[in-house]
Amino acid sequence: MSQSRGIADPPQTLAQAAVDSVTVAGRASARPARRRASTRQRLELTLLLGPALVLFVGFVLVPIAVASWYSLHEWNGFGPLSDFVGLRNYKHALSDTVFQHAILHNLFFAALTLIVQLPLALGIAMLLNRRLRGRGLLRLVVFAPYVLSEAIAAVIWLLILQPDGFVDTVMRAIGLGGLVHQWLADSGIVLYTLFAVITWKYIGFGIILLLAGLQAIPNELREAAALDGATPWRTTRHIVLPLLGPTIRIWVFLGIIGSLQLFDLIWIMTLGGPAGASTTMATYIVDRGFRRYEFGYGSAVSVILFVICFVFALAYQRFALRRDVAGAVTRAVG
Amino acid sequence: MRRIPTRGVLAIVAVAAAAAPIAACGSDNGGGGGSSTSAKQPSGPVTLTWWHNGTTDPLKGVWQQAASGYHAAHPKVSIKVQPIQNEQFTTKVPLALQSSNPPAIYQQWGGGQEATQIRSGKVMDITQATSPWIKQIGQAATGWQVDGKQYGVPFSLHIVGFWYRKDLFDKAGITSPPKTMADLNADIAKLKAAKIVPIAIGSKDRWPDAFWWEYFALRECSTDVLKQSMTAIKLDDPCFIKAGNDMKAFMATKPFQSGFLGTPAQQGAGSSAGMLANGKAAMELQGDWEPSVMAALTKDKDLNSKLGWFAFPAVAGGAGDPSTTLGGGDGFSCTVKATAACADFLKYIDSAEVQKKLVSSGAISLPVNPDAASAITIPAVNDVLDYSRSASYIQTYFDIALPTSNGQALDDAVANFFAGKGSPDSIPKSVNE
Repeated sequence: MSQSRGIADPPQTLAQAAVDSVTVAGRASARPARRRASTRQRLELTLLLGPALVLFVGFVLVPIAVASWYSLHEWNGFGPLSDFVGLRNYKHALSDTVFQHAILHNLFFAALTLIVQLPLALGIAMLLNRRLRGRGLLRLVVFAPYVLSEAIAAVIWLLILQPDGFVDTVMRAIGLGGLVHQWLADSGIVLYTLFAVITWKYIGFGIILLLAGLQAIPNELREAAALDGATPWRTTRHIVLPLLGPTIRIWVFLGIIGSLQLFDLIWIMTLGGPAGASTTMATYIVDRGFRRYEFGYGSAVSVILFVICFVFALAYQRFALRRDVAGAVTRAVG
Repeated sequence: MRRIPTRGVLAIVAVAAAAAPIAACGSDNGGGGGSSTSAKQPSGPVTLTWWHNGTTDPLKGVWQQAASGYHAAHPKVSIKVQPIQNEQFTTKVPLALQSSNPPAIYQQWGGGQEATQIRSGKVMDITQATSPWIKQIGQAATGWQVDGKQYGVPFSLHIVGFWYRKDLFDKAGITSPPKTMADLNADIAKLKAAKIVPIAIGSKDRWPDAFWWEYFALRECSTDVLKQSMTAIKLDDPCFIKAGNDMKAFMATKPFQSGFLGTPAQQGAGSSAGMLANGKAAMELQGDWEPSVMAALTKDKDLNSKLGWFAFPAVAGGAGDPSTTLGGGDGFSCTVKATAACADFLKYIDSAEVQKKLVSSGAISLPVNPDAASAITIPAVNDVLDYSRSASYIQTYFDIALPTSNGQALDDAVANFFAGKGSPDSIPKSVNE
């Protein structure tokens, strides 16, 4: 699961950008004794940082501020912001069962991502890291769905999963007719169906990431372990997995953020239905904002989503990624 | 909105990138209420930008012709055509009306949504400009009025009713379309006995569900109650709960295809329209646009001859007039960016010339200009038109007639009801809250 899950998934960019800004601040305070920069250096800084800073302020900070301001109003998107309601939109959102369920659905996806996708991606990556025939082709096959746009993947699966569609026909043909379900119409199953499609779409990214991590592990270590008589399992457990740690932690981060912001695929396949059974926070925002013209309320919900992602990103950065990014974040490099 | 069919599979993609622009766009523009008709009458050449949802032919072609036809007759007025995917209007129009540069002419479905948009102060009041000719399109124009003022003009009418396949009705031994709910239930039993799916419905999209409940409400509630409820934005008459009870009883007969909650209305052969087009279901409660949607979803060139149409059956004991009809239409609004030429252009669109072209090309099925009715070729569509003329009252779809947020809440409540969540009284309650 990656950053490109949403075509223009803003809250994610927001969270990352915010993380970046923290980085910048941290770096500045970490070098107090530096002598004053020369004019040339200042010019360089302005030139190099200026454009990015302008974009960052214009497309990240200002929208956050504006959305927070909208969220304090009851506003249908037309006319002036006149109806100040304070925190009512937030109270309303947090007490709305549809939104509560949307949060739970996001957490459901995040949990399944860790429980199902991680072992799966790890297993396949290890398999594909061995010498075997057709390895290049297999890697291509596994990675192909990730290259598809999420919208296209959604439409393809919508057609495949329709009643008496491809999936049902195949299952009946191989004698699994009893397991055929209303994949997208049954509110008890729809989340699992969607998770399967998401896994199909994003597992390739995890595998490629982990493959890269695996290849960075020096062969000498494995050889040394083998000479010392370590079984393959022990080599995996005590050498490969620890050295893959940074890659896994990054993948977990991307996976969870992606799960919190699921939108395109679900919007196209189910519109959050049936009866809200697959609503996520992002589909809820679009539904309330653009379909119902409740823009103030929609802004409040998007601020809530932003806060959730932001807090998670910071906490994860602070506690899980700390070692991996030490040097890059906590100290000035070079 | 969907009143004009979205053809083909990929109609949905549009909204994808939406979540954040909620926050990102729009500056505060002052001014509530519509601006008056003091439209400028410039001497120099003007260019009017026109947002319409005709992204595919035939509608796309007819609108292009209309734009160049008008320009030929009025060389000073150029019309810049900008086709926009149907689903994108929901996001684009609010942002455009909040900006300082809205299009001069844009797609308008009227009703409560129009009333909501007028609060931007950017929609032009064209009451005076249209008063000399608006009568020729009859009752239809009222759907585009707010507080008695004309803020938009329709170019096509919509009527919701049952499309059915005569071949499947024959196969099940049904000789004439049902007139009452009892007939309909009997026919459903016959179709089931013949192993035919009686009714297809596209519940994934939610709005087809609303057609059902709204029709039951039309049969249970008197016309006065309907009118008052729409104005008051309160559905507190007990007849609305009776409509839910009717719906519940009807659904207990399991009339729909299996897995209907996940079925889209118009996308692909597996959609409800596709099922009807390919003979996989015998009926669907849908708008007059159904034949053109179905044509794109089947290889059957002879489809139109197999199609029949009948009105929603009478409900025994209901206070509603059985000839009230659920419907709506498509139209356009001018913004304050436009000049007086805009209203004149809308007049041109409603002229017999353009209206006939719209109908004969298959772009629309029901014209607002009665002179264009002769261009209708599909027999069943003529039945729809006849019925609409005899209708005692045409109730605009509730989700359009009500302000947007209430209307969409109603659609959601009905969709939940179809999915087994909620009760007959939760539906009217969703609007009243």
